Amino acid sequence: MAYSDKVIEHYNNPRNVGSLDKKDPNVGTGLVGAPECGDVMKLQMKINPDTRVIEEAKFKTFGCGSAIASSSLATEWVRGKTVEEALSIKNTDIVRELSLPPVKIHCSVLAEDAIKAAISDWKKKAGEGDAAAQTSAAQAHS
Amino acid sequence: MDNHATTPVDPRVVDAMLPYFTEKFGNAASRNHAFGWAGEEAVENARAQIAQLIGATPKEIVFTSGATESDNLAIKGVAEMYREKGNHIITQVTEHKAVLDTCKRLEKEGYEVTYLPVEKSGQINLDDLRRAITPKTILISIMYANNEIGVIQPVAEIGKIAKEKGVFFHSDGVQAVGKVPVDVQKDGIDLLSISAHKLYGPKGVGALYVRRKNPRVQLTAMVDGGGHERGMRSGTLNVPGIVGFGKACELCRLEMAEETKKLSALRDRLKEAIMSKLDETFINGTMEHHLPHNINISFAYVEGESLLMGINDVAVSSGSACTSATLEPSYVLKALGVGEDLAHTSIRFGIGRFNTEEEVDYVANRVVETVNRLRELSPLYEMAKEGTDVSKMNWKTA
Repeated sequence: MAYSDKVIEHYNNPRNVGSLDKKDPNVGTGLVGAPECGDVMKLQMKINPDTRVIEEAKFKTFGCGSAIASSSLATEWVRGKTVEEALSIKNTDIVRELSLPPVKIHCSVLAEDAIKAAISDWKKKAGEGDAAAQTSAAQAHS
Repeated sequence: MDNHATTPVDPRVVDAMLPYFTEKFGNAASRNHAFGWAGEEAVENARAQIAQLIGATPKEIVFTSGATESDNLAIKGVAEMYREKGNHIITQVTEHKAVLDTCKRLEKEGYEVTYLPVEKSGQINLDDLRRAITPKTILISIMYANNEIGVIQPVAEIGKIAKEKGVFFHSDGVQAVGKVPVDVQKDGIDLLSISAHKLYGPKGVGALYVRRKNPRVQLTAMVDGGGHERGMRSGTLNVPGIVGFGKACELCRLEMAEETKKLSALRDRLKEAIMSKLDETFINGTMEHHLPHNINISFAYVEGESLLMGINDVAVSSGSACTSATLEPSYVLKALGVGEDLAHTSIRFGIGRFNTEEEVDYVANRVVETVNRLRELSPLYEMAKEGTDVSKMNWKTA
């Protein structure tokens, strides 16, 4: 399978790899996917509670090159955005930016899910949590 | 290092083939002139070379376009010819798709097929086989060696059971012939599929060994026409391809003992260089009954396709099927009981005649380097290091 140049670039030089302290009240953690499916993404964001700006974002991903690139790109995009702006990022934006082929669209869906899961986890910690948005991440960590 | 997919044509094979494209271009079926006779002679010579490699007689070799066609001809040919006798076929779950899909087709046509499971080793259980045979069983089709994990089936025992029960035994010998000693007499094989391009011959040529006595196997032809190949496979023979196939078989026969030593030494060197430097790596399938040039390793916490991407100057293949539309990992590894999480992390290495120690060391280094890099990127590795049992977590699939 041929990868787009942007996927290869992110794979070779992934941005913002690492972990934040998941116990920090200002850190939201999203963990989505499953090992049996061949993709697991962990996306973490440090969010300023006053400005609601995402000041830091880190990821770790188990998955194919497209999954790594999608999550790397997601960290780049959410940094500096407000929570609300980050929630408006759609998987189709990621597909377009990385020129993902149809069989790799699920990677972009997972990245969007990871953003939502991380923000939902942060909201829960901040007391804004709504039960409907409870994430697999929160459960997985329990 | 993906020599299970295909092999380069040996230069000595190319040399043998070249004249048959130009000055000796005759049709082996032309009986009226010297061009045809030369073609026929070359084909018969190749037939003898192939027969000699597997302990057969030349008349028992039927040329085809490749092993997929050979598998189809063997299974469908027997099924149709012996329909009066029975409608039951026994195979096993880790066969190549050329066998599995052919059996599935026959199921649609009213045949019954038993798919035997395999043990963790990758081998079938012989008692399972004995129990599966019924008075309606006409064919057992069990591969000689597996294309993903390199595990060799207990072929001689299967042959014995088939003979006792009066059932024909077909074996897909694609990965084994030319690599390990295969003898249709000792192994009790009645039908054997072979492919040229897996043993340093050209693509587009294969053969089916069809036993002529004790017992004699008859087949219904799949391709009708001029009655070539004793009526079993019509169509003008691919003379240059067949000449190359024959030469390739001769080289395998003469050099097998030495080549096996070299390949298994390289394979063990690769295994050692990788597994001594990485924790949580697992070999898939037993190494006790194994092709000399194969090894299949799972690298926990690293997805196979991303590993391939990291070593993209090396040709290997992965049990992770992320490239396929189904997103299912290898059915072979699943059949062994390898968890889907580990199946996604597997890489198949197939060392070939032209690989060197330097190449093996290079590949090992690249694999170790890339696995380490990807583990740093892997949330699963991080969680495992923190003491979380990743397999026991409540993963919700997105």
